[in-house]
Amino acid sequence: MLRIDDLHARLADEDKAILKGLTLAVAAGSVHAIMGPNGSGKSTLSFVLAGRDGYEVTAGGATLDGADLLAMEPEARAAAGLFLAFQYPVEIPGVGNMTFLRTALNAQRKARGEAEVSAADFLRLVRDKARALAIDAEMLKRPVNVGFSGGEKKRNEILQMAVLEPRMCILDETDSGLDVDAMRLVAEGVNRLRDAGRAFLVITHYQRLLDHIRPDVVHIMADGRIVRSGGPELALEVERGGYADILAEVA
Amino acid sequence: MGRSEPMAAAGARPAVPPLPGCPGWLARAREAAGRRAEVLGQPTRRDEYWRFTNPAPLLAAAAPDPSAAGPAAAGQGAAASAFAAIAALRLVFRDGILDAAASDDPRLGGVEILSLAEAARAGWAEDLYGRLEAQGQAPVPRPFAAANTAGAGAGLLIRARTRAARPVMIVYERSSGVSDAILHHCVKLDAGAELTLVEVGTGAARLSVVTEVEVGAGAVFHHVRAQGPEEGAVTASHLFARLEARAELRSFTLTANGALTRNEAFVELAGAGGLAHLAGAALGDGAFHHDDTVFVRHLAEGCESRQVFKKVLRHGATGVFQGKIHVLAQAQKTDGYQLSQALLLDEDARFLAKPELEIYADDVRCSHGSTAGAIEAGALFYLRARGLPRAEAEALLVLAFLAEAVAEIAEPDLARAVEALLGDWIGRHRG
Ligand SMILES: Nc1ncnc2c1ncn2[C@@H]1O[C@H](COP(=O)(O)OP(=O)(O)OP(=O)(O)O)[C@@H](O)[C@H]1O
Ligand SMILES: [Mg+2]
Repeated sequence: MLRIDDLHARLADEDKAILKGLTLAVAAGSVHAIMGPNGSGKSTLSFVLAGRDGYEVTAGGATLDGADLLAMEPEARAAAGLFLAFQYPVEIPGVGNMTFLRTALNAQRKARGEAEVSAADFLRLVRDKARALAIDAEMLKRPVNVGFSGGEKKRNEILQMAVLEPRMCILDETDSGLDVDAMRLVAEGVNRLRDAGRAFLVITHYQRLLDHIRPDVVHIMADGRIVRSGGPELALEVERGGYADILAEVA
Repeated sequence: MGRSEPMAAAGARPAVPPLPGCPGWLARAREAAGRRAEVLGQPTRRDEYWRFTNPAPLLAAAAPDPSAAGPAAAGQGAAASAFAAIAALRLVFRDGILDAAASDDPRLGGVEILSLAEAARAGWAEDLYGRLEAQGQAPVPRPFAAANTAGAGAGLLIRARTRAARPVMIVYERSSGVSDAILHHCVKLDAGAELTLVEVGTGAARLSVVTEVEVGAGAVFHHVRAQGPEEGAVTASHLFARLEARAELRSFTLTANGALTRNEAFVELAGAGGLAHLAGAALGDGAFHHDDTVFVRHLAEGCESRQVFKKVLRHGATGVFQGKIHVLAQAQKTDGYQLSQALLLDEDARFLAKPELEIYADDVRCSHGSTAGAIEAGALFYLRARGLPRAEAEALLVLAFLAEAVAEIAEPDLARAVEALLGDWIGRHRG
């Protein structure tokens, strides 16, 4: 589903390379995890894939179902099924959470040539999904992420994912800042969406999330590339010994 | 002030033209205003409150021809239709003249509505016409307002004795290419009365409109204006208001397009416990110069004032905000707030702000803030990453920016009409 091939990217206004030949393939139906030290480029990878300004791809590429992801506008990537749960969700004063969600869903449907969802159907859809994530009506009415606690913001990201039903979901440290119960709600939210047509790329620092969301493959990222890949046991190895041993081994 | 030249605005006409059927008190008020205008003279760019705005289009001998600004805006009539669903009593002014045939029957429960030509039957207006304007000439002169009081050819005298049965809506229409109109309204709310006044449309190629409002004790005055959307029009408006104890004034102005718009407000909170909220949303593109000059004076204890002004500017448009909260020594427990913000959609747009606090009381809470900035890149990307096309995401963020000003409109149906106009403008000014 998602193929990243020898991707090199640098910051556009500073001469600083961050991704230095990253290769990764995520098949439909699978869950891949990426772990790696702070600053290794995990969020940068997610932003380059989602289409944020400020990066220059100097070599390599990325495709979603064979389509050249990097040639598309961010909104076209979203309509094609790519979703990024932000490490730091953005606050948008003045835009109600519900209005935002409905506008987003209908924009994607329109881009795919599908009919818009009626206000009544939408309300029902969101209520159900919000309940499962313990998001109350008050939070849905408030402006997007404004004044939300760290954990509420992360749950709101998963609500968006649940409503938009993307096919390729990238979760950037969605587990950071979550209490034990919220972690379980978020993991359940992810597991509910797991199916043969959908894939996940879960960026995390902790084994804990991976206890709930069993990954098929775990990658270790360091200095802009994947330096090791393995099964779930690789995450346990990181948890026990940190990155020093793994990095020493590949150096 | 430049005292050498007499006031010529608007247009080259006698300062105090004859007004048929004018009662003695009105003739005297007009003549006094004529003398006032002469003493004040013409404003120049050197005057403290004209540094950011060139008064030339208001002073020019002839009104501009809005059709020269390009084809009439596609939004012609958009203003009137956005407010079509409001169950109001409508009074139509075309090119500055009251069109009785196009207007509703002016009889309205709780309210007396007369035209300026019927001033002889509105003795109460003697205490209002030109009085608030004259008081509003210090400390900052407002020469166009004095010229208006002297030269107005039409207007309304509205007195609410109790709660108005319906809102009163003034619809300004413009038929001829070049029209130069001076309108002067007086609004009096008796103690405990309630009135909503809506003003919609452009009205003339060049329009000077002065509204003097007296809000009696405990009375509630709501005011919503939608100026525009004519590209080349020139407008000078003045709102003079005086509030008695516990009175409430909420005034909101939407401006879409217009070559030059100068909206001045001079509001005095004269009785304890009064509330004055003034808000505005202005959207302009290209040859657009929009100026809010707002002066709120706290004369009594425990009053609340709020100024929330937002401007969306692009393609060389200029926004100006000059706002003052003036708190006299006796006005303890004042709660004053002022916010002026501009959203600059490109690098050609400009925002010039002069926020001022002048406080002589020691137990007050006053704050002000002024910002100018572009659309936030992080928010724009977040929306696009969720699938909103760039134009749609930008439109949503523009509306979000204006939301705080629109929220000042107390009546939901009027707020919806304003939102519809905003959406319409944004939809026609994409890319
Ligand atoms: N806009 C920027 N300006 C300067 N440096 C940047 C910018 N964006 C990223 N970087 C740098 O690029 C490197 C990779 O950052 P990135 O956020 O991708 O790391 P990460 O792996 O997500 O880290 P973490 O685990 O802490 O979230 C870091 O050294 C970071 O400081
Ligand atoms: Mg990161």
